[in-house]
Amino acid sequence: MGILIYTESENGKFKKSAYELASYGRAIADQLGIELIAVSFNNEDAAPLGRYGVDQVIQINDPSLESFTAQQYALNLATIAQTKQIKLIVLSSSANAKYIAPLLAVSLSAGYASNVVGLPESLEPLTVKRSCFTNKAFNTCMLDNKINIIGLSNNSYGSFENSKELNVSQASAVIAETTIKVEQVEKSSGEVSIADADIVVSGGRGLKGPEHWHLIEDLATTLGAATACSKPVSDMGWRPHSEHVGQTGKPVASNLYIAIGVSGAIQHLAGINSSKVKVVINNDPEAPFFKAADYGVIGDAFEVVPELIEKLKVFKSS
Amino acid sequence: MKILVCISNVPDTTSKINFVEENTLFDKNGVQFVINPNDEFGLTRAIWFQQKQQAEVTVITVGDASCEPTLRKCLAIGANRAFRVDLQPSDGFEVAQQLSAHCKEENYNLIIAGRESIDYNGAMVPGMLSALLGCNFVTNCMALEIMGSTAKVSREIDGGIETVSCELPLVIGAQKGLVEEKDLIIPNMRGIMQARQKSLSVLAPIESDAKSSISKYEKPAPKGAVKLVEPDQIDQLINLLHNEAKVI
Repeated sequence: MGILIYTESENGKFKKSAYELASYGRAIADQLGIELIAVSFNNEDAAPLGRYGVDQVIQINDPSLESFTAQQYALNLATIAQTKQIKLIVLSSSANAKYIAPLLAVSLSAGYASNVVGLPESLEPLTVKRSCFTNKAFNTCMLDNKINIIGLSNNSYGSFENSKELNVSQASAVIAETTIKVEQVEKSSGEVSIADADIVVSGGRGLKGPEHWHLIEDLATTLGAATACSKPVSDMGWRPHSEHVGQTGKPVASNLYIAIGVSGAIQHLAGINSSKVKVVINNDPEAPFFKAADYGVIGDAFEVVPELIEKLKVFKSS
Repeated sequence: MKILVCISNVPDTTSKINFVEENTLFDKNGVQFVINPNDEFGLTRAIWFQQKQQAEVTVITVGDASCEPTLRKCLAIGANRAFRVDLQPSDGFEVAQQLSAHCKEENYNLIIAGRESIDYNGAMVPGMLSALLGCNFVTNCMALEIMGSTAKVSREIDGGIETVSCELPLVIGAQKGLVEEKDLIIPNMRGIMQARQKSLSVLAPIESDAKSSISKYEKPAPKGAVKLVEPDQIDQLINLLHNEAKVI
């Protein structure tokens, strides 16, 4: 009996979400009085997970799982879930975790709720709150199955240190035959991705053209933030689609979201609603974003942003 | 090539979301329903295959008769035929089971579904359908080419793009980028007239069981008023973000 978490790594190091899942899993494991087991792929150093409350880490280190394939990862997680008699599996909301979850659910005949935003309201039967209508609402969802899977919304719970004596073991990889071959992976190097960023700086049509994007990029660099944009900006080709945040683009769940020259259409606000603190800089005091923001500056982005960058540099160096 | 596009009938992106019957039911009053945007990207790509590679495009949805105008729109856009499984599903697993029963009878080479719907955002149906059918699955698909029995797919990952190849049959989770926004097809009068003659069949549901149920809905708590900072007082903004919000 236990709770299983799938901890993701990048370049051999755990992603931030791994610690959030560990903290979340720990809280439920304590309520049920059962063990918290983490599975990691191609990550040699399990120790950090022990600091966030994991009891046992099962490492699967195999060169044939070097590039992520959902089918293989799901198969390995399902195999461990069965041998360990797992009743609850918790995954993050990363692109890869959302790819694995439905495959895992079918192979284990498990229930699955994605975008879960906090600890379960009840464990018997499992009842969770999840976001729906692209963050415009929440629903309470009941999963009455022998095995259930929770997809935890990124940055919705937080991570808390809670040291445990850690038991590390290795499992050999189970490899299924598949015709899916990863041909190429292109990562925008050195930049923070929107999904993993603590801070996101976003630009809208108010910036008047792609030639002014250095303002967004400079502010993002100063803050160690990811850059994003509104739908019209990506539709006009000023910025790549991968930066479009909103209802039909990417969701944002950062700690801080700074919107510059974004009016705040309902579809845009839906996508960024899970961000904790929202700042808007816009010269139009009637922009709908001011109703959704925590802090606002009514002013010209071309004056306010350079000033903000300068003042932030002073703040960072002090 | 036989292509199936799975369609979800969802509230338009500009809809205000409200609930009725003590927050247990979505309020459809005054809401315009549309093709789920991620499904529409997939449908548009399917029509491209129909025009360039002689594919036959079928659309299907699981829902009551109120979904039919959305299916007719798919036919007006260019789909060859449509099916509606007559069931109000409780969750994504139930939808996937109903779709898999139809797919097993038809042997589609390519099945396209949006990576998630914009109403329930479950992101369950395409993956579960592929697992029930035992065929390949690639989601967050933003480019798709088919050569013979091989597919080449670009998939958006966190912070990048991955290219994979695999054999058909294949289920893909479609998303923005699969086609350009400007290539989305607005039905013309001829398409709308033709759609009336095309086949829209109602299928009886198979026995299926949901694995989750929704007990209630709620809307986010109303937001407090925005704190405004004068443009010449940027230090104050930094101070608020550091000391009050504690985010920098």
